[in-house]
Amino acid sequence: MLPFDFDYFQPKSLKEAVELFRYLEQQGKQPMFFSGGTELITLGRIDLAFSDAVIDIKNIPECKVMQYSGDYLFIGGALSLTQIEEANPFPLLTKVASEVADHTARGKITLGGNICAQIFYREAVLPLLLADSQLLIVGPEGVQTIHINDIFQQQLKLKKGELLVQTATERRFIEAPFFTVKRRQQWDTGYPLITIAALKIDQEFRVAISGLCPFPFRSQEAEAYLNRQGSMEERIDGALSVLPKPILDDVEGSAQYRLFVLRNLLYDALVALE
Amino acid sequence: MASKTITLHVNGEVRTITVRASDTLLFALRGKLGLTGPKPGCLNGDCGACTINVDGWPMKSCLMLAVEAVGKEVVTIEGLHDTPIQRAFVEEFAFQCGYCTPGFIMNCHSLLKQHPDADDRIIKEWLESNICRCTSYIEIEKAVKSVLRKEEPGG
Amino acid sequence: MEVIGKSVIRKDAAEKVTGRAKYTHDYQTGRILSCKMVISPYGHAKIISIDTSNAQKVPGVRAIIAGKHYPLTGEAIRDRPPIAVEKVRYHGEPVALVVADTPGQAKTAADLIKVQYELLPVVNSPTQAFQKGAPLVHEHLGEYKKEEDSHPVPGTNIATLYKIRKGQMDKGWAESETVVEASFSFAPSDHAAMETRCATAEIKPDGTIIIMTSSQAPFMVKRLIADYFGEDMGKIIVHTPLVGGAFGGKASVQLEVLAYLASKAVGGEPVKLLNSREEDIITSPCHIGLDATVKFGADRNGRIRAAEIRYLWDGGAYSDKAVDVTRSGAVDCTGPYDIENLWCDSYCMYTNHPYASPFRGFSHSELSFAIERTMDLLAQKLNMDPLELRYINAIKPGDTTPTRVKLNKSNVGNLRKCIDKLKELFNWDEGIIKEVNKRYVRVKGVSCSWKTSTIDSDAPSGVILTFNRDGSINLMSGVVEIGTGTKTVLAQILAERLKMDVDNIHVRMEVDTQTTPEHWKTVASRGTFMGGRAVLRAAEDVIQQLKEVAACVLKAPKDDLEIADSRVFLRDDPSIGLHFKDIGYGYKYPNGETIGQQIIGRGSYILRHLTHLDPETGAGKPGPEWTVAAYGVEIEFDKRDYTYRLIKACTVVDIGNVMNEKAALGQVMGAMSMGLAFAGRETFYFDELGRVLNPQLRTYRPLRYGENPQYVVGFVETPQLDGPYGARGVGEHGLMGMPGALGNALSNAAGVSLHHLPLIPELVWRAKEAAKNASI
Repeated sequence: MLPFDFDYFQPKSLKEAVELFRYLEQQGKQPMFFSGGTELITLGRIDLAFSDAVIDIKNIPECKVMQYSGDYLFIGGALSLTQIEEANPFPLLTKVASEVADHTARGKITLGGNICAQIFYREAVLPLLLADSQLLIVGPEGVQTIHINDIFQQQLKLKKGELLVQTATERRFIEAPFFTVKRRQQWDTGYPLITIAALKIDQEFRVAISGLCPFPFRSQEAEAYLNRQGSMEERIDGALSVLPKPILDDVEGSAQYRLFVLRNLLYDALVALE
Repeated sequence: MASKTITLHVNGEVRTITVRASDTLLFALRGKLGLTGPKPGCLNGDCGACTINVDGWPMKSCLMLAVEAVGKEVVTIEGLHDTPIQRAFVEEFAFQCGYCTPGFIMNCHSLLKQHPDADDRIIKEWLESNICRCTSYIEIEKAVKSVLRKEEPGG
Repeated sequence: MEVIGKSVIRKDAAEKVTGRAKYTHDYQTGRILSCKMVISPYGHAKIISIDTSNAQKVPGVRAIIAGKHYPLTGEAIRDRPPIAVEKVRYHGEPVALVVADTPGQAKTAADLIKVQYELLPVVNSPTQAFQKGAPLVHEHLGEYKKEEDSHPVPGTNIATLYKIRKGQMDKGWAESETVVEASFSFAPSDHAAMETRCATAEIKPDGTIIIMTSSQAPFMVKRLIADYFGEDMGKIIVHTPLVGGAFGGKASVQLEVLAYLASKAVGGEPVKLLNSREEDIITSPCHIGLDATVKFGADRNGRIRAAEIRYLWDGGAYSDKAVDVTRSGAVDCTGPYDIENLWCDSYCMYTNHPYASPFRGFSHSELSFAIERTMDLLAQKLNMDPLELRYINAIKPGDTTPTRVKLNKSNVGNLRKCIDKLKELFNWDEGIIKEVNKRYVRVKGVSCSWKTSTIDSDAPSGVILTFNRDGSINLMSGVVEIGTGTKTVLAQILAERLKMDVDNIHVRMEVDTQTTPEHWKTVASRGTFMGGRAVLRAAEDVIQQLKEVAACVLKAPKDDLEIADSRVFLRDDPSIGLHFKDIGYGYKYPNGETIGQQIIGRGSYILRHLTHLDPETGAGKPGPEWTVAAYGVEIEFDKRDYTYRLIKACTVVDIGNVMNEKAALGQVMGAMSMGLAFAGRETFYFDELGRVLNPQLRTYRPLRYGENPQYVVGFVETPQLDGPYGARGVGEHGLMGMPGALGNALSNAAGVSLHHLPLIPELVWRAKEAAKNASI
């Protein structure tokens, strides 16, 4: 039961969506793009999210693609995680996504929604960070293609009125060997204590992490250590010494314990990919 | 932001109702259509008690707006009649208080349709979406598997 | 036995698998206003001001209640304002109520109420509450109205103390060669029934108060509202339809009072109050926490000679049922062991936590964790097999309980038999630790428990039977169908006694306090026992009446008549007889003349010989019988990561007699599931302001499908002679041993002694780190 109401729009094209956003804003509204909408519904209920003009992008064809074009796999931002899992075009993404929330909820949660979420785990972004994905973004200035590392810093830095349309990922990353584990406080349910995703490309490790800091990240500094010569322990110590801050210290687990878990997971990732 | 009149396809019927755009499908089903089979348990997408089927897939109706359901085939527990999974729930004592049961059955029903050959991994992946606080889940596992076995050719 | 023991399909099955079963919130006929609470965001704070002016302006708002003094409420001690005044004592406490036309309007208005608070120091654990100079949760503890056997200590946070003094402590310690002492603690947690609590109230123009509530205690709602507010008890009618899980959490009376006050504020119009999940977790009463210290002394043979126990129960901000939980914890304080020399203090402490209601097991799963972990520590120190230690100390007929009840073959189950059976089912002989590979081990832990039900000494249970014209019977009992299937079992008991087809017995699922005979509360695994006894008596009543008419018609003495298959007939010639349908409403001769009358069977039961406890020694008879059980949990433990999976959980319980096999298995396995979740994951996390940081089901996490182990259940059947067909209460027992057995398994696996719940990998990691640092 949301304590507020909104106008609801279902544009059929990107152009219409973007123009609608601008128009509504000019009218003094607080428009919001909506694909799965699970955050607006659940956080709105407890007064942590608000919109009075919802623009549902699920009917826009570009937001629903899932296909290769040349060497690139395009995945629409409005596809549900379940749809992506069932089709399984990107095994690492499938594996990471399949640990988000639960199966039924993933039928509603979308790729774009997860990446742009307020809740800071945003795990679906991890494979994209590792795979040098390109993001197709549409906004008042038209469509742009941006390398994920240039626009995802802790969160997706969208400007007002911009919308994530698709992700594009090169085939060689999709076919690269990978490793991923989601470790929770206990058993198989709940937010991540640590979710780690790792990939080996051009003989180099890449690693991205959610749950360690209040944002998901890929750390090239940590990777540099992991890719050095030396004992496993030294390499991991090095990687742990250059982690971003702050380390989460909350009800899911203390900072020190998270580091303990991460150390072991890094070890497992290295073993699996070496 | 006046109320909207929308037409939904629910349990094989065409129903026209008036809702706020921000009303969830759960709220509309219960409040506007009198379908109280889907249960509110958390309104947060966590417990699965409000699970229904939308176009054959399980959906937590607290996570969906009523306006999003326009043009889709919605089935609630009231739309199932003497299905194998309902009979199996009775036989296996796969319910106690019954509150999670409509949601659990709708999830199982969809699972059996989408994956008639589901293995343990798939069953777990699907069914961990619902909480049952009374049973041990073993009863529910038995119920699902008894239907899977029956649906195997020659099984 | 024809019907008893069979897995008779539950009477509520068809409606529950079709979505037609209705719970309180599902009844929506006619106009009903919505009520929304404003709740405290802090654990302990002074209310400086409440501004409702903006909320008043919201369209549809009918009434706002805030800052008003109402009579204090609470069961053992009247310490709780229904809506907070002057200060708040826990995170989630109701501070204001809004009544509006729709739930949306009520929520919008509630959000606009501005409450100004001034923070007060927080009492964040019972141990802290116990310390001298701790902040006081209740400043005027001496002024509250209370029940006779509650003893709050003004100027402290002690809501009450129960003492057990038995034997001679100095003698006991002198005989003890080996002594272990350990402390344990865990925070409060939640019942997390899938149906959040809901209550509606309406006050008719003639003063009739109609309440509908998802409650285990509709008759208590009636009594308490009459008592608190001076209402006519006969004018209060409480309806309880099916209840969506309860586990003790719905035995407390809370929302009903708020709904009643809300209805009163709008001229008696019907009002509904439905908890959000967050409110259900923090505002409504929770599962009690505990800080415990246990000291055991044993002789060289492993016989426990002395025990000194202190329980500090985390009753939370208001004592309500926590006082009774504390008492129950004293009564069975030792676990199921015969200990001659015993000293126990069981304190109910006030803290700034959500207040406690009963929780399945009623203090026993909690104290068992402390006792059973200590038993393992003792076994370790004695270098003895942990099951052997339990076996030789097992309580048995001839022993006395902590409150000095003499046990006999009927009032206590056979624990040694349970232990023997556990050994077999749990493959105990293969050893505690089995290596899977260098990194993984499979490890076992065991525990035992016992429990009596410490209910009111005058608690009644009643049953009415009426006939339909086709000879079928309607069974009305005040037992609430909370999921346990008890009403189906009652039908089985009736069918067995009347030797009739259980399908011809119709059970009324709903309870209303005006027409359903009272069953005190549907708690404490008493439904089958007390309701069953009432059914047997009602059956006897019906048999006499049926035979009376039949004797007349058949011209035969009553003694020559038998009853079976819905007929009364001659013992030596069953072909001569009458069907129930021909006599249930009197017998009509061909000429129209009628004899007899409508047959209405009545039966009631009250537990006998229960007494209060002596305030100095605890001596007294607190409950009718002790059900006993033995448990095992096996885990697969990762020695590197300290994570583990649940492999197998086993309960062997002396059930007296199995009434409905699948229902009984369901009760035991479901309880184990809940116990493992409590032991392994569920807890409230508090911050320094006393706020619960995880009040949602995505952060407060019950067990999910596939996280469960394999379950093994064994039954021992030592009939309880007073029980219907020998049955013992069994609804709670599967749960009670899980925290202890899992704690023991994990301690064995990790090689460190674990003293807290929940048993998460981080807890193991901390203990390992502490051990490492200690050894450096």
